[in-house]
Amino acid sequence: MFTYTLRRLLLAVPILLVISLVIFLLVDLAPGSPMSEIPLTVPPDVRQKMIEALGADQPVFVRYLLWLKQFFWIEPMTLFDHWFGTSIVEGQQRILSWQSRSPVFTIIGQRIPQTLTVVGTAYLVGILIALPIGIYSAYRQYSFFDQLGTLFAMIGFSVPTFFSGTLFIIIFAVWLGWLPTKYDTMLEVTDWSSFMQQVKQMALPVMTLGLANAATISRYMRSSMLDNMQMDYVRTARAKGMREKTVVLRHVLRNSLIPVVTVIALGIPSIFGGAIITENLFGVNGIGAALIGAIHANDLPMVQTLAFIFAVLIVLFNLIADILYGLLDPRIRYD
Amino acid sequence: MTDTSAAARPKRPKSSSPLLAIWAQFRSHKGAVFGLCVLGFMLVAVVIGPWLWVPEKLSVAQAIKLKNQGPSLRFPLGTDQLGRDMLARMLLAGRISLAVGMVAMTIAIVFGTLIGVLAGYFRRLDGPLMRLADMFLALPLIPLLLVMVMLFRDKIAGLIGPELGAFALIVFAIGVTSWMATARIVRGEVLTLKEREYVLAARSIGVRPNRIILRHILPNVVSPVMVAATLGVAEAIITESVLSFLGLGFPPDFPTWGRLLYDGLQYMQVYPERVIWPGLAISLTVLSVNYIGDGLRDALDPRIRGR
Repeated sequence: MFTYTLRRLLLAVPILLVISLVIFLLVDLAPGSPMSEIPLTVPPDVRQKMIEALGADQPVFVRYLLWLKQFFWIEPMTLFDHWFGTSIVEGQQRILSWQSRSPVFTIIGQRIPQTLTVVGTAYLVGILIALPIGIYSAYRQYSFFDQLGTLFAMIGFSVPTFFSGTLFIIIFAVWLGWLPTKYDTMLEVTDWSSFMQQVKQMALPVMTLGLANAATISRYMRSSMLDNMQMDYVRTARAKGMREKTVVLRHVLRNSLIPVVTVIALGIPSIFGGAIITENLFGVNGIGAALIGAIHANDLPMVQTLAFIFAVLIVLFNLIADILYGLLDPRIRYD
Repeated sequence: MTDTSAAARPKRPKSSSPLLAIWAQFRSHKGAVFGLCVLGFMLVAVVIGPWLWVPEKLSVAQAIKLKNQGPSLRFPLGTDQLGRDMLARMLLAGRISLAVGMVAMTIAIVFGTLIGVLAGYFRRLDGPLMRLADMFLALPLIPLLLVMVMLFRDKIAGLIGPELGAFALIVFAIGVTSWMATARIVRGEVLTLKEREYVLAARSIGVRPNRIILRHILPNVVSPVMVAATLGVAEAIITESVLSFLGLGFPPDFPTWGRLLYDGLQYMQVYPERVIWPGLAISLTVLSVNYIGDGLRDALDPRIRGR
């Protein structure tokens, strides 16, 4: 197991390097670069100075290597310095956003709590809805409830979140007036009433994302339960005279959760990608909104860094899912 | 003989051709039939609709007077903030949305099948091509698509015009980022197919690889590819509408359903129907395509079809 993990970690390095190169070049070599956005009325020597100040006059590979060094060495070490009060990389240049001239990672650090609160809660809610639906649908296969669950999952797959979110806004915020349409990022939870306000403003985005996640996960839960219900050990457990509840919830459920847990782990990075839409719709000031803002402002370092962080998340959670699978299921051996 | 066998199994009349058997199985899937009807209706509506429903030409003054109208006989879905007939725009937008879905799917399927066959049939190419697929799977798609559209839109619009440019760019971008699933499925099928006796027989009489692939392997991977293709249309339509929704899709005078929804968002509180119609159209199309894919998967699987 340990050697497998190590081998996978080593394999992830070249994949990430290639992805970082692809992202860097795609963004960098594209025709619509910020240099072309400088007005023509700016004198050439000033223009030259502006480009130099952005560090954009260096050759591509110099900037790529510098960016890699900043991403993998300076930024983690800055965090290390910040935590332990050391000064290993003090004074070294960090990745700077072209929009605000502040370090990209500072902005990301400010934005991530917003994303995690909303998206993380939505994912948890989705899982909590999906598991019971999946279990009961499989237990009563082809029953009315199962048909309803299938319909729910099919609709959840098919209705894009930007439409379900808009519908929720129209129904709950415009017609009924129960919930606010926009998410207020500045709200600080200090007492009971502000906590209730926070719950209210989180309700719509969480519901939108949660339902979309629940649809997928409940399908996996159902099919995994169905596979296990046919197994011999279930018959044995029933023959021993165990109660139905014990059979389903202890024997079948535990074994069925193995693939579902890996599916849940695999879904986490795609959640961040999907959250771009929801954040945009509800005005949540998270990293998805930061990405859209950076794209519209041609802020190349920000876009490159954020896109690469998404890629790192995908590779990381793929690895976690594989390792989890090996840990949870003793029949799987990676040797 | 045929009489007795038909009498023994009265429920399942022996079909004369495999196509009929597939059709019979497909018809027994209620969702799939519903999906086929809805999708057929949508297709007919968007293909011949813009010819049948020609809104009258309004002068600027008339259009300003007639803006933001509710549903009426003259404008069945009302008019938008510029006095344009919503029904006509919906039909036109549907044409583009469905075209984007189909063309992007075609690109993805052709690309995916090609890579899958190459990786499955030629052992030397297997490793590199599958690593390529892994790499594409690890790319963050929505952010990259957004970046691609943002950065290349003006350049391509300058080359072949804004409408065609947006169409080509979006279709191409979606196509080249969604071939991986097909490639994996096809590779798996090819790996098992090429060990079959009939392929061995063909190879032993000296048939060239390209001929074996075309005559013996490709016809046998058609059914999984068809299922992947159906689901690919749904995915492409959703991806395009996400891009349009984030304001990085088609120009406003060349609308898609996603773009109409995006335009309607500003007026959502007063005229919610302007958001609901395009959203409903996208959702219904994707839902019916997904159901068709589900039914096709059952119908094309001989293990399920026999039952």
